[in-house]
Amino acid sequence: MNKKSAEIQKGITIFFFLLPALLLFISILIAPIAVSVYRSTYDWNGFSEGTFIGFDNYIELFTNGSIKFMTGLKNSMILAFFSVFVQLPFSLFLALLLGRRPKKERFFLSVFFMPVLISTVVIGQLWLKIYNPDYGLLNRFLEAVNLGNWKHVWVGEVKTALWSIIVPTIWQYIGYHMLLMYAGVKGVSTDLREAAMLDGASPWQIDKYIVIPIIKPIIRVSVIFAVTGSLKTYDLVRILTEGGPFQTTEVPSTLLENMLFLRNRYGMGSTISVMLILLCFAFALAITAIFRERDE
Amino acid sequence: MENNYQDAIKKSNPFAKTLMYIFLAFWALVNLFPIYFMFTFSLKSNEEIFGANIVGLPREWLWSNYSRAMGTGNMGLYFVNSLLVTTLAIAISLFAAMMATYAITRIRWKYSKLTNAFFMLGLTIPIQASIVPVYVVLSKLHWLNKYSTLIVPYSAFALSMSILICTGFMVEIPYALDEAARIDGCSLTGTFFRIILPLMKPAVSTVGVYSYLQCWNEFMFANVFISDSAHRTLPVGIKALSGAYTTDWGPIGAALVIATFPTLIFYVFLSRRIQESFIAGAVKG
Repeated sequence: MNKKSAEIQKGITIFFFLLPALLLFISILIAPIAVSVYRSTYDWNGFSEGTFIGFDNYIELFTNGSIKFMTGLKNSMILAFFSVFVQLPFSLFLALLLGRRPKKERFFLSVFFMPVLISTVVIGQLWLKIYNPDYGLLNRFLEAVNLGNWKHVWVGEVKTALWSIIVPTIWQYIGYHMLLMYAGVKGVSTDLREAAMLDGASPWQIDKYIVIPIIKPIIRVSVIFAVTGSLKTYDLVRILTEGGPFQTTEVPSTLLENMLFLRNRYGMGSTISVMLILLCFAFALAITAIFRERDE
Repeated sequence: MENNYQDAIKKSNPFAKTLMYIFLAFWALVNLFPIYFMFTFSLKSNEEIFGANIVGLPREWLWSNYSRAMGTGNMGLYFVNSLLVTTLAIAISLFAAMMATYAITRIRWKYSKLTNAFFMLGLTIPIQASIVPVYVVLSKLHWLNKYSTLIVPYSAFALSMSILICTGFMVEIPYALDEAARIDGCSLTGTFFRIILPLMKPAVSTVGVYSYLQCWNEFMFANVFISDSAHRTLPVGIKALSGAYTTDWGPIGAALVIATFPTLIFYVFLSRRIQESFIAGAVKG
């Protein structure tokens, strides 16, 4: 009997300790997601009861061109591609260079990481000043080096708008991935490097055959963050292009917001939310699987 | 051993080494330039920015840009709002995370692993996922445009990472301490407050830094949930300001500096700590 009451006592204590976290987590994340899943099957304006329409929203999302979901998805994928194949290799390169203990290693590390700390809204505003067609640094620079005909209305032309988003996004988070990889590179024991060097390996060979295989789990985390981060992009698009010109730079998150505030289609907004969750999980699992297969 | 390695590096091709330093210096400039550019144009007049002196130091230091950003631009208020929202969100999520981590890592029960996995879902779930229902519920309850409109979601979104980081710290504390406390007649609750919490001080700064940056810079929720100017946070305030001052860059620059420099000043003094918290947040995930 005594033991049982002790068990109950323990259960109560566990519940007490979990309560604040559970309340927050369930009320702001889990329950809303359940509601999103439910409402994604409704034609709903947010305030009426709405009508159940099954998977029609999902079908419409992919078939109705005026929703621009495919455009948004394509843009996210382009961003993900450049993140994985341009940003991450560059981050890795920086991490490996810093791993060779140059002078002022700490200084370089800290400076390279700095853009990560700045709000994307601030970064966006700065780049607007760089892209400004009349007074922006970029066009002025092109003029100064006699390349005036390369000038563009960078965020306003269909040809350049997406690029004007990709460049700052990639640049800002190079330092983030570099830091993670650098932490891994520093974790490789000097003994291992020593041994390889005695066997006549060059620094690049050491990086390729010893360091990179060891930090592979970190690279995997970086790839997952880069891809899911691209799917979630919002800030820079809102600041730089507002999804324009002609909705060519929309991403899923801006479309989601449009559904709420421009079209009052809360059901469709929920559908986009659900698709985002599914895509994030699917990519995270796929990337993990790809890395595991490579190992075997 | 260590020295051998460095010697070898030193002996390596001097040409390649010079190239490496040129490259590192170039990349450092690319990363420092935006901060220099922001700071200098925040102190210039339009004439200087638009033509006379685009990238040089300001000829005339126009501090009035700052008073305009603070005054008509309301940046002072937005700064206080951001500070308030961020501080409370960190405090709430940190405390909730500490308690949850204690229940998960230091009390033995059947579903502790499962509970942990449940909280870790939050690391992959995008915050966009809950925006529609949360927005609908908050607007029905007339709960938009308050400080708590942001504080509660921010604490929820910081929670998973906080639990992850706290777990890393809490498993390092020897379990013998708990046992000793229990033998001395300390309850589970007492053990948490008297033994564990005081030992978790290093975790506070690591978790705090991570959550701080997440909340201080958050834009989507703030942009969607806050429409009145009294409760705007800095990112939303900057967007509003840039809409109002499209042709006057000085005050916008001042606003950017006001939003960014507090973080950067912290970073100058605590760079190692801040970097460590990012590493803790990713490597264990």
